[in-house]
Order: sequence, then structure tokens, then C-alpha cells
Amino acid sequence: MPGTPLPDAEQLLKALTDQMRPEVGPETGLIGIHTGGVWLAERLHRDLNLKVPLGTLDVSFYRDDYEKIGLHRDVKTSDIPFEVEGRHLILVDDVLYTGRTIRAAMNELFDYGRPASIRLAALVDRGGRELPVAARFLGAAVTVAPGRSIELKRDSDGRLSLALSGDEHVA
Amino acid sequence: MWLDPANPQLNKNGELHHLLSLEGLPAEILWQILDTAKSFVGVTQREVKKVPLLRGKAVFNLFFEPSTRTRTTFEIAAKRLSADVINLAINVSSQTKGESVLDTVANLSAMQADMFVVRHAASGAPHLIARHVAPDIHVINAGDGRHSHPTQGLLDMFTIRHYKKDFSSLRVAIVGDILHSRVARSQIHALTTLGCPEIRVIGPKTLLPSHVENLGVHVHHEMRKGLKDVDVVMMLRLQNERMQGPLLPSAQEFYKYYGLTEDKLALAKPDAIVLHPGPMNRGVEIDSSVADGRQSVILPQVTFGIAIRMAVMSILAGN
Repeated sequence: MPGTPLPDAEQLLKALTDQMRPEVGPETGLIGIHTGGVWLAERLHRDLNLKVPLGTLDVSFYRDDYEKIGLHRDVKTSDIPFEVEGRHLILVDDVLYTGRTIRAAMNELFDYGRPASIRLAALVDRGGRELPVAARFLGAAVTVAPGRSIELKRDSDGRLSLALSGDEHVA
Repeated sequence: MWLDPANPQLNKNGELHHLLSLEGLPAEILWQILDTAKSFVGVTQREVKKVPLLRGKAVFNLFFEPSTRTRTTFEIAAKRLSADVINLAINVSSQTKGESVLDTVANLSAMQADMFVVRHAASGAPHLIARHVAPDIHVINAGDGRHSHPTQGLLDMFTIRHYKKDFSSLRVAIVGDILHSRVARSQIHALTTLGCPEIRVIGPKTLLPSHVENLGVHVHHEMRKGLKDVDVVMMLRLQNERMQGPLLPSAQEFYKYYGLTEDKLALAKPDAIVLHPGPMNRGVEIDSSVADGRQSVILPQVTFGIAIRMAVMSILAGN
């Protein structure tokens, strides 16, 4: 069996919710990054009982690897159903890694307006940062071998779980 | 860059490298363009209507034949992708001095062009250019002769999908001068590829290509029969030169038999939508009350056209 088992996503989400509860207000805007971040943000939005409608971002049009790998095949639609200008925002993503997705998300958000602040909530942080980005709210830090990736999955009942994928083969 | 000789629009991975025609493009690529365009519609509704995908790229609009609307929507699309846009109306520059199309293109390539958007009166001109440009340059056909107008066909498909959701149970009528229409050809190819089960073409015998039924369409000469129970009516523009030419008695005569009026439209389904590629001849192929009526989606077509062109450009430049 490879390495230590991954933590339970549902428990991490609960921990994340508890961290965020004292830090959100009636005007806080929550924004999930497609696809895993949107699943998490939907749950957080419900459990934190937020009044401002949920926003979603697909950062494909802002990615810095477009020159290398082209446009993502399955672009989702960004939808920010509230005023960004002057609002305190929380970005939600599943796995924090290089920080490049977060950079792209912040660039996109500024095309909607100038937020008062942006904080980041992530379910797991696997290290390997290439940009000065840090999560303000975090489920857990995990160690993953290079060349492998962690993916958030959602089953038909809406239950979230973490899975490893990538090169390493298990004999 | 190796391009598929049978379909020079595709690279060796089967990805779109040029957009020359909708004929022969796999459904997967059409769906990819339509899905991507949907995301760009959101961008065009924001405060800042721009994304940085084509920053630093130079898009040359090469219009060997005049067109205001198509050129403008390509220009807006390229600018919303942050590209630099250079507009060239070639009929008034070097061509009058005797320079060949390929020499013009070679000169513009030397100015570090990344993409050519080509409109030409001769069928096949964009193909010719695509065969001769450097491998990292992309070519988009913005209408060539009677052959093809792929982005118009795509924006029509986007519009139909927007209002009707699904192609698999649609009855679509294309009405007017099919013979001379590159738009009709693109529409028929796209509808077929996307799984539309019933395509009807409606027009006088003189304005229908011979053997048009070989494209898998149903032919009608009587508009009232052809429009019966359709979900989508796609009108075509009657070119001015046809109104005086030998193929038609007169514009008034054409209007009487093939102009879309409210009473003819009433034969289609009550929720049928009406499309027109513009510019419209009111009182020739379409009545004003229909063009401005509740079933008309002619202005949304223009808006969607920008999103479609953004999608095509960003997919090509990334491949």
C-alpha cells in the first residue's frame, strides 16, 4: 500500500466550516473554483448559512499554461451573482499546490471589480508552492509524492472523498 | 506542423488548427466550440469584457470582399481576447497594384501575424492561404464565395441550442437563395453533424442547387408546406444582384412566395424561432413585423456571434 492514507474529506470540511464560522459576516461573498472548489463552496455556503448567493469561477481563460497546453477542453461558466466591488471575498479550492490557479482566480475576480479583501479556503495543502499564496482557512496539510495528484470526488449522495491519481503503480 | 491532408483544418492530434469549413469537422469539435462560447457569453456580460488569452498576439482581418458586420464582430472578439487587431480592406490596397493573394499573405506574415481572418469572394481562397502560411499561423474562414461561412453556421447552432436546448428532435427549415448561399451550406453541415433529424430547404427551383437532396435535406418549393410544424426557421439574405438577375421575376414576386410574413410563420410551431444572418432586406425575404416580432432571435444571433468567434480564436491559438 502506498504512503499514509488520505484524510477523510467530510471531516476536513467540517473542520474548515468551524474555522470559517467566526470569520464570515452577512456580506461575505463565497466563490468556489471549478470543479472541486464549487462542491466545497456549495456545502460551506449552506452550512455557514450565508445570505449572499454563491459565486463560481472557471479560471481557464486566465491560466498561465494556455500557451503550453491550449484551452481546457471542458470550460465551465464563471458566475458571480453579486457585486465584487468593495466586498470581502473568500475563494474556495479543493487542493492547494503551486498557487497558479489561485493567481488566475484573483486576476479574473479583479475583472469584476475591486474587492475589499480576498481570503483563501482550501481543503488540503500539498505544498510545492511556486507563487506567494497561502490559505487563511485549511482542512489539512498532506504529503504526496511528486508526479501524483490528489483529486476531490463526489459520489451520487453528495459525499466528498479524496483520491490519489498519477504515475505510481501499486504492485 | 503536420496537417491531415484529407482535412487540412486538423493537426496530427485531431485538434483544430484552422477553421475553414464545417464540412468534415467531427461533432466533438463542434460541441467543444459551442460549450466554450457559452462561457464567453458570461465574459461579455461583465464590467470588464476582456480576458487575457491572446495577449501579445496579432490578428489580421483580411477582407478581400467588403463586410461590416462580420469584420466588426471578429474585431470585437479578438479585442475581448486581448489580441492586437489589424484590419485590412485588401481591395483598396495592394491588390489594386497587382499583388497576388499569397504575396500579400507572405508580407503580412513577415509582420509577425499569429492569425488571419479571411473573407474572399472566391471559394477556396482561405484554404489556399492556409496551405501556404507558416505552421504556427492559424487561418479562419470568414466567408469564401459560395462555399462556406463556418462561424456564421456555428453562431446559428449556438442560437438554436440556446433556445431549443437539444437538436435531436428538431425540425429546421432553411428558406431562400440556397444556391448562392455559403451560410446555408454551413448550416446544413452543422445541423447534420449535431444530429438534427429533419432539415428542410425551401426556395424556388432556380435558387436551389441541383441534387441538394443528396445532402440529406427535404426539398420544398411551396413555403406554406415547408414551414408546417417546424421548430426553427432560418432565413437567408437575397443578394441584390439576384433581384435583377434572370433567376427571379422580381423582388416583389419573391416576397409574395418566399418572404416570411406573420401568416406564413403561423404554420410553424407556436414557439418556433426565426433566424437571419443579416443584413436583412425587409419586405423581400422577411416582413418587418416578423423581423421585430417576438419569435425573432436575429439580434441575439449578433451577440452570440462575438462569443462564438472568441471561442474559435482561443481554441485555435491554443492548439
